[in-house]
Amino acid sequence: MKRARVAYAGAIHAAEPEALGDGRPGVRLTDGRLLAEDAVVWLPPLEVGTVIALGLNYAERARELSFAAQEEPLVFLKGPGTLIGHRGQTRRPAGVKFMHYECELAVVIGRPARRIPRSEALAHVAGYCVANDYAIRDYLENWYRPNLRVKNRDGATALGPWLVDAADVADVGNLALRTYVNGTLTQQGNTRDMITGVARLIEYLSAFMTLGAGDVILTGTPEGVTNVAVGDEVVCEIDGLGALKNTIVGDELYGR
Amino acid sequence: MPVLIDVSPYRLSGVVYGALLNHRTALLELGEAATRAPYNAVPQAPVLYLKPRNTLAGDGDPVVVPAGTAELEVGACLGLVIGRPACRLKEDRALESLAGYLIVNDVSIPHQPYFRPSISAKARDGFCPLGRFVPRSAIADPDALEIRVLIDGQLRLSASTAQLVRPVGRLLADVTEFMTLSPGDVLAVGAAAPAPRVRASQRAAIEIPGLGRLETPFVAEPA
Repeated sequence: MKRARVAYAGAIHAAEPEALGDGRPGVRLTDGRLLAEDAVVWLPPLEVGTVIALGLNYAERARELSFAAQEEPLVFLKGPGTLIGHRGQTRRPAGVKFMHYECELAVVIGRPARRIPRSEALAHVAGYCVANDYAIRDYLENWYRPNLRVKNRDGATALGPWLVDAADVADVGNLALRTYVNGTLTQQGNTRDMITGVARLIEYLSAFMTLGAGDVILTGTPEGVTNVAVGDEVVCEIDGLGALKNTIVGDELYGR
Repeated sequence: MPVLIDVSPYRLSGVVYGALLNHRTALLELGEAATRAPYNAVPQAPVLYLKPRNTLAGDGDPVVVPAGTAELEVGACLGLVIGRPACRLKEDRALESLAGYLIVNDVSIPHQPYFRPSISAKARDGFCPLGRFVPRSAIADPDALEIRVLIDGQLRLSASTAQLVRPVGRLLADVTEFMTLSPGDVLAVGAAAPAPRVRASQRAAIEIPGLGRLETPFVAEPA
């Protein structure tokens, strides 16, 4: 099942994607209303707890940034204010030189996980969705890198378009990821190339922190990140999970 | 953790941010190393991190010293409790966005360098005891608060929020330039340094006049 959360006509609704009668993409609210996808506001598909993100978790990407083999996964945390849903907007501050998308598999925890061996880890997963974890490299500093000014900006982590139940994903270790900027394919990868896979990540994290239902793990991005400009439409797509769209906007909308 | 408070926003959101090296002594301790590899320069923007919800604990809750770890650091902090959505605050009016204050014990496994975020050193279960909430009106000047840390009743650190690299208003302005803080969020302004260390079976107390006292017993990890 695909579970979305949308705002429509004064309330927040659970919803499921469903094509309209003429074949255009739509969304069915639980109360029965069937709407065009652009008639609703898409929210992150769940009420998110802790957001855990991975850096340098794809071999080629790590090489791209000339990093040596890791002793431990590179993990950082993000706050709730950075999350936005499908078809949202992300601000590119005026004057920055390099802002890039990162298409990532997002893993949503479904039941508490404490000291879980990797052989049992996937039983703690509720489902998966697509994430676009933007970064602005201009703000990188070498203190708790990547620092929050790079990775935890308002509205700079898109999540969606919906949550796909874990039972509906045959092999999370073999999903193709793609990013399109204005329709041009710019990033490609496959979750089989993760340095630390989903089950091992849950084992690693749950060894020192209890993961709760609603916690989300963003599992890192493959090579092929490119600079984006105001007006760009960025679509991150993962096999079976959907296509997450986002538009880059400028400072003027924010009165900056 | 639903900590109830008696002014808006009436409870904490469970989101706790911290600022690394925002106590002058902490930066001075690093000395020349702060300008050498891997850092290459002293921090320009606030160095922030999160204490996720699994770390939150209350007064008197025991903190487990992980097996194989001899000592933990007691990060004694003033915690700012956000009262209304805080985005692009001006330094001189930033305090108006606060609901109040509380003591934060930002517990860590001692770790350096600070090049990578050390989640396994800072985000363990129970590693963020929070004290009693006091409303903003109860504190005349958050930049002039004495902070004391006692281990087993012995005074181990006496410091002040007057030693912050970024005082409270400036920190709020610099943080909310790029991330909005929401009602009930907590921003720990930076651990008083040098952070006292504590072993299993010891007891830490953090005192800030006007905010009370936050007690944390440390216990060994059960075998």
